[in-house]
Amino acid sequence: MSSIDKKHPGLNLGRSDPGAHQDAEEIVFGFWVFLMSDLVLFALLFATFATMIGRTADGPGPQEFFDLKSVAIESALLLISSFTFGYASLAMKYRPEPMKVVRWLGVTLLLGIGFLGFEVHDFVTMAGKGGTPQTSGFLSAFFALVPTHGLHVFAGCIWIVVMIVQTLAYGLARDVKLRILRLGLFWHFLDIVWIAIISVVYLRALA
Amino acid sequence: MKSMMEEEREERRDYLIGLAAAILLTAVPFAAVAFGWFPRGVDYAIIAVAGVLQIVCQFRYFLHIDLSRSKRDDLQLILFSGLICLLMVGGTIWIIFNQYAQM
Amino acid sequence: MDRLWFFFFGTLNYDSLPFYSTIATIAAGIVVAGALVTFGLITWYGKWTALWKNWLTSVDHKKIGIMYVVVAFVMMARAVVEASMMRLQQALSFDAPGYLPPEHFAQLFSTHGTIMIFFMAMPFLTGLINYAMPLQIGARDVAFPVLNSISLCLTGGGAALMMVSLVLGKFSTGGWSGYPPYTEMAFSPGVGPDYWIWAVTLSSIGTTFTGINFAVTIYKKRAPGMHLFRMPLFCWTSLCTAILMIFAMPPLTLATLFLALDRQLGFHFFTNDAGGNMMNYANLFWLFGHPEVYILILPAFGVYSEVIANFSSKVLYGYRTLVVATMAIAVLSFTVWLHHFFTMGQSSAVNAAFGIATMTIGIPTGVKVYDWLLTMFRGRVRFSVPMLYALAFLILFVVGGLSGVLLANPAVDYQVHNSLFLVAHFHNMLIPGLLYGMLAGTHYWFPKAFGFRLDELWGRIAFVCWVVGFLLAFMPLYALGLLGMPRRLVEYFDPDYLPYTIVAAVGAGFILAAFASLVVQLVVSIRHRDALRVFVGDPWNGRTLEWSISAPPPEYNFAVIPDVKARDAFHDMKRRGVAYRRPKHYSNIEMPMNSMLGPVVAIAATACVFGIVWHIGWMIVLGFLTVWGAVIARSFVRRTKRIIPASEVRRTEERWLAAVSKAPLIARDYETSPANRGLAEAAGA
Repeated sequence: MSSIDKKHPGLNLGRSDPGAHQDAEEIVFGFWVFLMSDLVLFALLFATFATMIGRTADGPGPQEFFDLKSVAIESALLLISSFTFGYASLAMKYRPEPMKVVRWLGVTLLLGIGFLGFEVHDFVTMAGKGGTPQTSGFLSAFFALVPTHGLHVFAGCIWIVVMIVQTLAYGLARDVKLRILRLGLFWHFLDIVWIAIISVVYLRALA
Repeated sequence: MKSMMEEEREERRDYLIGLAAAILLTAVPFAAVAFGWFPRGVDYAIIAVAGVLQIVCQFRYFLHIDLSRSKRDDLQLILFSGLICLLMVGGTIWIIFNQYAQM
Repeated sequence: MDRLWFFFFGTLNYDSLPFYSTIATIAAGIVVAGALVTFGLITWYGKWTALWKNWLTSVDHKKIGIMYVVVAFVMMARAVVEASMMRLQQALSFDAPGYLPPEHFAQLFSTHGTIMIFFMAMPFLTGLINYAMPLQIGARDVAFPVLNSISLCLTGGGAALMMVSLVLGKFSTGGWSGYPPYTEMAFSPGVGPDYWIWAVTLSSIGTTFTGINFAVTIYKKRAPGMHLFRMPLFCWTSLCTAILMIFAMPPLTLATLFLALDRQLGFHFFTNDAGGNMMNYANLFWLFGHPEVYILILPAFGVYSEVIANFSSKVLYGYRTLVVATMAIAVLSFTVWLHHFFTMGQSSAVNAAFGIATMTIGIPTGVKVYDWLLTMFRGRVRFSVPMLYALAFLILFVVGGLSGVLLANPAVDYQVHNSLFLVAHFHNMLIPGLLYGMLAGTHYWFPKAFGFRLDELWGRIAFVCWVVGFLLAFMPLYALGLLGMPRRLVEYFDPDYLPYTIVAAVGAGFILAAFASLVVQLVVSIRHRDALRVFVGDPWNGRTLEWSISAPPPEYNFAVIPDVKARDAFHDMKRRGVAYRRPKHYSNIEMPMNSMLGPVVAIAATACVFGIVWHIGWMIVLGFLTVWGAVIARSFVRRTKRIIPASEVRRTEERWLAAVSKAPLIARDYETSPANRGLAEAAGA
């Protein structure tokens, strides 16, 4: 591990493409700084959520809404998608054929869309049971935290589509590779936020 | 110097370890909650420990951040971000719940 | 018909026009007339293409820096006038209604604060950092030039929204901090708080990107040999400011977005009913608000460090302690936000903890003050305009700092919070601390940016007006606060207040004169620019790398990236006699191409939020899709760099080196004379 000259978080291109590896140092670091800013945003969404847990205004609380099975499926989809993205990165680094990267990105995209499908279904079910953000402070905080993560995943899905198009159009050119590196960081980062969400929001409430 | 093939094998292994850890560390708290084996306090502890461990694993195996790097810029950055998040989240919870207690 | 109108124009209608009061009509008239005259002049001189090509789409950090400062000056004009209007109102409103209706007065203090913080101070410091920092670290541009342009344009969009709010609809009456539940729909049903929310949100998103950009630039783009501990102090304070921007902007973005969700979609974050909790707002807002104070002040500390060392002809005393103090302030600034709401009802233990944390900030700040004093000690101090501002700062800032230590004590704060004492305190920090620093920086770097010095006499007149104006306008407010006069008071009945409010109004007059003097100074300097030229580029016998190149610098900054051997790199080069060396050979230089992404994104984003303010559905959707469509489209542009050929670089550099060889050496004491062509006589510590 340590023999690779690592310049930034995430998979390093290293010797497989020294030019791109050189460029990556600055660009990927910049994106990582952005993610840290985003991390603070999520941290405060969590903090706000924590202060609002009890503020259900005599309305429905978490037990009425949360569906452990659905959350488990969502978690599985997102965790596996993080892994498949890892394989897309490996393919990008070690295999010269773009189709392999596109295929793994495609799998990741499907898993991401599946995650979003289940999540939207959850929200619709909640709303059907009277769990709208207008109901109480607690639900406002819930609908600020969890859908913000969902929106990030949605943005990530669009980004994957763009990268599939660019990989097909330009092959594994340097700028394409650098973007896939950053997309990878973004995708893994969302996975980490999701772990915090299942722990703090869902599992804690249902324990 | 390792060959590219060795490097690839190691990195592939990292992702596989990461996946295994993720599955295990997610399954355990879900199972604990779903089957209600333990009292609530123990559940909380399991959720917290599994969550933290999983975040560490993801950092290590998916984001490839470790302590033996030659360039330390982003490790410093993560630690500083962690400190700021801790101050902000901890402070917020302390202040707001203190106010709740006064009301 | 009504539904058709609503589809196209949302809730805009005749009542949104500013005909409800004479003052509002006049203000709106000035904005509209100003806009029309500007557009007319640009059209008359046929400058639209040049403006678009050379400025708006430019990604050159120097031009972006200048545009930031221009935004800051335009917005400062409005906010200074507003401040004088408020001071005049209070001088006239003892036992009388004065000339401003209460709602108008409330709008004035809201816009004054919002503009001064977000659209004067922030663009000003961002502009100076943008201009000077890359030059000081020996870089050719920032790390992400196009993102830099986007940041600028988003700030400009927010500023434009502030100006539009003068013409269409009424601005918020909720103060610059926009506290709910007052700013919730239930109590402020108009569009005012929405204008505030979105203007601030645009600027805070732009600022986050700026912070990322600066931090990465300093981390990754330093010239070889420019170790972190060889950086000029201004770069250190820029780095700390950037880090504060990265971490302190998200809470503000969240607070304003939560408030928007409450207002537009009926969420219950901060409402009085249904489990809302307004204390979360105060908490989030000041989680941003306190680090923000240091975002504002640290760059000025950096300027003072440069200016004091430079005009004392001495190496900066205690460089390392200044760096450590800066870092300590940056970290501590995240631990004190509660002192903005001591009286909100948490226990005394919590208040005590944050009070103590607040007082500790006085320690690193004190270290800095001593370092600056000791830099001057036994130096040969030249009292040119930047140095005058620095000296005024040193004295006045200590006074303000001491009143801050008083306020850090929760028991004292309970007595004087929400009074004019507080207003006096933070103006005492921000005018000498921030504004004087920015003005010092402007005087210091203006010759670098435009190739000629600013007029010294008018600079001194402006300086005197700023100091006298500040003292007269704000020292009485300390007394008024202790007499019990609350802030934001449109009318009062206590005769004891009257003399102080009159003095404060006179002070406001001086401040107006100070601003006018700056304008006169600019005009005079432009007219005499030939006598003030310093093309060689080192008018002040500078110590840092930005002085080692021509003024104004070429687009690529450095023909050859300098090899840094010591702190105060240019001073070191002059001492070793290697300054102004002809490079052995010139090579092609790769620079980023202009991009229209910044203006497009900002126009679309501003349109989108304008749509949200006035409920214009199509504008929201169109704006939103354009923003993201433009970003995605940009990622398909593959030619983003252009090459400046070596021959062109050679021509530019040879012309400059020829001027260097012809210029007279100027001794330090004569640097403000017309003989100064920018070639300083190298000497000194």
